[in-house]
Amino acid sequence: MKYFAGVDVGSTQAKCIIVDEQRTISARALVETGANVARAADRCFAAALEAGGIARESIACAVGTGYGRFKVSFGDLQITEITCHAKGASLLFPQTRTVIDMGGQDAKAISVRDGEVVDFVMNDKCAAGTGRFLSTAAETLGLGLEEIGEISLRARNPVRLSTVCTVFVESDIMAYVAQGKKIEDILGGIHSAIAARTIALVRRVGLEPQFTFTGGVSLNVGMVKMMEEKLGQPLNVSADSHYMGAIGAALFASEHALVPAGN
Amino acid sequence: MELLDRALDEALQRAGAGREALRYVATTGFGRSNYPERDLQLTDVTAAAHGAAHLFPQTRCVVDIGAQSSRAMKIEPGGRVREFKSNDKCAAGAGGFVERAARYLETTLEAVGDLSLHGEAPVTISSVCAVLAESEIINHVSQGESTENILRGVHNSLAERAVLLLKRVGIEPEVTLVGGMGRQAGMVRALEELLGLRINVAPEPEMANALGAALLAKRRLEKAAA
Repeated sequence: MKYFAGVDVGSTQAKCIIVDEQRTISARALVETGANVARAADRCFAAALEAGGIARESIACAVGTGYGRFKVSFGDLQITEITCHAKGASLLFPQTRTVIDMGGQDAKAISVRDGEVVDFVMNDKCAAGTGRFLSTAAETLGLGLEEIGEISLRARNPVRLSTVCTVFVESDIMAYVAQGKKIEDILGGIHSAIAARTIALVRRVGLEPQFTFTGGVSLNVGMVKMMEEKLGQPLNVSADSHYMGAIGAALFASEHALVPAGN
Repeated sequence: MELLDRALDEALQRAGAGREALRYVATTGFGRSNYPERDLQLTDVTAAAHGAAHLFPQTRCVVDIGAQSSRAMKIEPGGRVREFKSNDKCAAGAGGFVERAARYLETTLEAVGDLSLHGEAPVTISSVCAVLAESEIINHVSQGESTENILRGVHNSLAERAVLLLKRVGIEPEVTLVGGMGRQAGMVRALEELLGLRINVAPEPEMANALGAALLAKRRLEKAAA
């Protein structure tokens, strides 16, 4: 049996997906990127091989993607994460026309036709709308990143943030805490502001359903709900949404390896 | 408020005066409305402009870089503000970034200005956002870049933000730098290099806005008396 690997080295986390010849996911792994990007790529590849009980020699092709893709020493190809997210989203949700990717340090909107990128915009000038913003907010409130989405769903009177700046929002949050605002209302305001900002970004490539939500922030149920409310449309989210870039990369790896040489 | 009272008392003590000697109080800055006994409340922009114009009468442009803001003003002789641009909505270009960079590089804010002067090959920091720029710094550290080169890159990036604001009000010499970042020699050099101009630096740059407020308080009182 031949296998194909996709390694998505993001700013915050590195993800690896291994698929078989039928394009079925055989293994997945996720590690924190940390300061040593090349080592993160190696570690997460090794972890996926181990998780799937797959020998390194049976990997016919490996594709690197994400911001650290050129540090994937074992990669046969590098492809941008934009192309990979579009590809991955179209495998899991073939009707995808718009991909909303909210990662650790950037947010992107990608317009997709049949798995290919038509247009994209990204918010790389500001950390609002990224996992980084949400983790700062969680930390300021003394909560874990994985619990804030759930708590935000209980908001009755969401606060209005005066800024979506990741640096300034800390004092905004502290001021609300000092005023005795409920944690869920503060989180409701945070999720609402970030969702509105992200949708403004998506509008620039066109609001065409179906929407597929990818990247680490897609694990946040509060953000999913808030975006759906503001879009008036459901979002496709899978348990593997976090791995979408790696899935796309693994699919490219399988196509690359299965195309006869010279073609 | 407690802090305001303490600062006021300390200043009075140094002046050898009591509270009863205070004739008129003008407040400015982020917490300007938190002092109930004020007679006058001024924006940072007005205060900075008047402080700079007093210190350097030929000032036509003022750059104010504090911990949480960066601003550029075009002023008339005497300190009247003709136009200003500020970035108050986000931390891009504000000095607080240097403080966090210093902490990450295990140095002190006081040492940063001179360290930056010794950077031979400044790194490029491409992120505008202070948070994303911090991640870039971490990458530079892990790639073995020197503290000096990183800090010079940090000052260059702040200078770029400030000069963008200055261009929007129209650059015209003399340019005066106020705000706490004026303490950092590397910041001053980065601005001068980018502007191609020598700039005035307020001697106690973080005090310039308070000075401007005090001068306006005095003027207001004199006007009322006349």
